[in-house]
Formats: sequence, C-alpha cells, structure tokens
Amino acid sequence: MARAVTPQRKLINTGLAWAIGLLIFFPILWTILTSFKTEAQAIASPPIFLGFDWTLENYGVVMERSDYGRFLMNSIIIAGGSTILGLIVAVPAAWSMAFVPSRRTKDILLWMLSTKMLPAVGVLYPIYLLFIQLGLLDSRAGLVVVMMLINLPIIVWMLYTYFREIPAEILEAARMDGATLKEEVLYILTPMAIPGIASTMLLNFILAWNEAFWTLNLTAVNAAPLTAFIASYSSPEGLFFAKLSAASTMAIAPILILGWFSQKQLVRGLTFGAVK
Amino acid sequence: MATKASRSAARLMMGPAVILLLGWMLVPLIMTLWFSFRTYLPLRGGDQGWTGFDNYVRFVSSSAFWPAVQTTLVIVLGVLVITVCLGILLAILLDQPMWGQGIVRILVIAPFFVMPTVSALVWKNMFMDPVNGLFAHLWRFFGAEPVSWLSDAAMPSIIMIVSWQWLPFATLILLTAIQSLDSEQLEAAEMDGAPHLKRFFYIILPHLSRAITIVLLIQTIFLLAIFAEIFVTTGGAFGTRTLSYLIFQRVLESQNVGLGSAGGVYAIILANIVAIFLMRIVGKNLDN
Repeated sequence: MARAVTPQRKLINTGLAWAIGLLIFFPILWTILTSFKTEAQAIASPPIFLGFDWTLENYGVVMERSDYGRFLMNSIIIAGGSTILGLIVAVPAAWSMAFVPSRRTKDILLWMLSTKMLPAVGVLYPIYLLFIQLGLLDSRAGLVVVMMLINLPIIVWMLYTYFREIPAEILEAARMDGATLKEEVLYILTPMAIPGIASTMLLNFILAWNEAFWTLNLTAVNAAPLTAFIASYSSPEGLFFAKLSAASTMAIAPILILGWFSQKQLVRGLTFGAVK
Repeated sequence: MATKASRSAARLMMGPAVILLLGWMLVPLIMTLWFSFRTYLPLRGGDQGWTGFDNYVRFVSSSAFWPAVQTTLVIVLGVLVITVCLGILLAILLDQPMWGQGIVRILVIAPFFVMPTVSALVWKNMFMDPVNGLFAHLWRFFGAEPVSWLSDAAMPSIIMIVSWQWLPFATLILLTAIQSLDSEQLEAAEMDGAPHLKRFFYIILPHLSRAITIVLLIQTIFLLAIFAEIFVTTGGAFGTRTLSYLIFQRVLESQNVGLGSAGGVYAIILANIVAIFLMRIVGKNLDN
C-alpha cells in the first residue's frame, strides 16, 4: 500500500531499514567475504573488510579434503527424494480433502499437524533401533523416508490451502460437460495447481536440507549430508576461519537463493494457512 | 456434489498419507512408552525387565533435571521475547514507504535459510571466539578485555544465536499480518490526530494479536527442540543443557534408554500442551 509521506520521512525510513537489514545480514556477508581470504588474512587484527587479496584457494582445499561432493549429493538426494516422495503421497490426500471434504476432514488435518509436534528427541531411540534392525542406519533411503514423514504434514497442509483456492465452479462445469475424473485431474486441476505444488516443493526442499537432528543422529559416513559435513568443523578445524567460511558458504548458498524465491510461501507453509 | 464413487475414491487417496503418519506416530511412541517402564542399558546387559515408574522418578529427581528445565524455559522465553518485540518493530518499519524495500526484505529474511549447524559454527568461531572472533577485535578496539562468550556467557550467547535465526520468521509473519491491515483505518486515525503510540496500541497491536499468538506457538514448538545450536557450540556444558539435550545425552551418550525414554515421554507431554493451543487457533481458521 502506498501511503503518502514526505521525502524526508521516506529517506529516514530507508536509511534505518537498510542499516538494520545489513546488520542482520552481516554474519552471512562476513562469512562469504572471509571465504575468499587467506587464513592469515581471515584472522588479521584489525579485521580486513574488503581490502584483501581475493582467492579461491579455500574452496579448492575444502572440496579436495573433505569429499564435499559426496555430502552435497547426499543433501540433494535426501532433500529432493523426501520432497518428491512426500508429494506423491500428499497430492492425492490434499486433493481429496480439498474437493471431496467430509465431516472428518478437519479432524484429519489437525491430527496430521499434531504429528509434526512430536518432539524428535522423545522418539529418537525407537527410530534408531528400528533403523539398526532394518539396516537403514547411515543409509540415504532411511533418511529420505524420515524426512518425508517429518515434512508430510506441512506438505499436505500447504497443498490443501492451495487446492482450496481453486474455485469449485470450474470443476462442476467440467463435470457437467462430462469430464471423467482422470480428465478433471489431468487437464483442469493440474495446470491450476502447479504454482502451489512448486512452492510446496521449494519450501520442503529447504526444510529437509537444513534439518539437523535426524541427519546428525542417523548418519555416520555414507549418508551424511551437508549438516554433518559442517558439524565436523566444530573443532578444531573450525579455527581455520577461511576454510570454515568456504564450507559454510557452499552449504548455504543454494538454499539461500531458493529461500529468497519462496519467502511468501514460508508464511503460508509454516503457519498452516493461519496467517495470510 | 460429491458422488458415492468419488467419496470412496477420496478415502483411497487419503489412505497412504494417513497410514504413514499413523505408523510414524504410533510405532515410536509405543516403543518409547515401553522402554520407559524398563531397565534398558544396551551396552551394559541390555533389557533387564520391568521397573515400574522408577525411570520417571529417577529422571525427575536427578540433579540435572531442574537445571535443564530452567535452561529450557530461559532459552524459549528469552528467544520469544526478543524475536516478537524486535519482530513487531521491524515489521512496522518494513511496512513504511521506502526505497529498496524488496532488497531489505531479502536481507532480513536470509538468516532463516541458514542451516542451524552453519549458523552455530559461524557465530561460535568467527564472532564469539575469544582470540580471533570479530567481537574480540571490537572489544579490544574499545580497550576492553575480550569475553569468552560461549563459556562465560553461554546462555546469552545461545539465546542471541537462536534469536538471530528466528527473528526473520517472526518479522515475516508479522509483516504479512500488518500488510493486511486496512490502511484507511490508520489514515483516519492519523487525520484525527491520534499520536503514534496510540495508533500502535489501539489499532496495530490488536490487529496483530493472532499473528503474534501463532508466532509464539510455532516458535515454542521448534525452540523446545533446538538441538544443533547446542550440539555444535557448547555440547550442553556451561549451563546450556536443555531438557531435550539432557534426554539426548541419556539415550545416546550414557546409553540408558529406559531413563531417556521416560524423559522423552515428559518432553512429548510438554510439547502436546503447547500444541493443543496451536491447534485451537489453526482449527478456528479452517471454519471460515
């Protein structure tokens, strides 16, 4: 909404907002800058902001030393796999709840949400034990399933709120014209639902990528994603600031970019449609 | 109108999601309950039979319990107060007319997308390190003695890190709510000469009440479970052991599954109390 204000007011707003915005963003900016310094420059006193010799050396070292590629692949497979699997399960469920609601639909939705509230630490050991029994410990398949289950309520909710916005009149008109269920889904619902499905995918990919409880506790070597890769820098390698920064930048860059595109969906997804 | 055929098709389509979530909820829950009533030490004799409510009593009467409860409450309340207060101010500021609003929004929201392990490590080393951290440089610049943040002021440090991660979430939701405020109402109040503070308390704050409640509930649920931030920074030392970290240590570090499971049941009950309130609000929203 464009409210009329004096130019001075606008200037003050702008200055203040930019200052606070940069302050909040600063730790990320500082990490990105440090990743291009040499180790000596990274701990130089007083700190160097921009006047250093830019180098890509740290990225090379991190890639070489810690097999970054494998962690990255694991992150992509776990986040991507769980998102796709989640969609396969959630799309039909959300579709039926949005278009063929029954008296129990609301209760089912709220119950699904309640499973999201189950504290992970309360069920850590049972899952751990089941994973050992099933040979899933430190496997990508196991984590894909766990991530899918953790995020399934959010996926269902987001899709449900999107699907509900599709006007029912369009569907009725199509049914009048004799469209079969298959045609209805394929030619009417799918094209209208694609933006909603895309945002749901994006947000869930991000949530799964950043999840750090199950990924740290259920993986060791083979299936460890980037969260574990970064945690391995906690000590004493964390003291190599430039390399830590390079590793951090590589872990967050893809998600930061995806996140900026999906910030509007974040509100819808994480508040389960209660704030619009 | 839905036909009978489409109804049974709908039930079929809901099936997989419902069954999966039911399994995900019930199987571990029943196992946790089962273990919580048994003496179960995987590395020291395994499952040694029923023990009644011993684990529940022992978990609560251990010397680590009350400090852990206190730590949990301090972290949750501290982060909630900081993120909601700053979030409201920031949301109001971001709602004002300005140049480059989109870019500022992007800058402010960024921390939310940083994975917890990364933000904990970056803060721990590059900012809070007592020798080379940026804060140490800053303190020395002003002639002060650098602080060992994560050992001497561990709790404020952790609260700061977690608040930094959650401030974007609070801000974004509150901003979304403010933007739905009827601007004519505000302008009318402005014309009538209502001062800023009055407009804030009588128009903006009541309008935000639901969004604030949602932020409080959702953040509480996530904050009760914070793990990586503590795992990476202090490992539960220096008074930063929360209830969930204590349970984690009982189960995986001291391998006392019975005791840890009893703690887990307490954590589940605690989270459910918060969840019930959240469900009420979300449920109301479904009706209209």
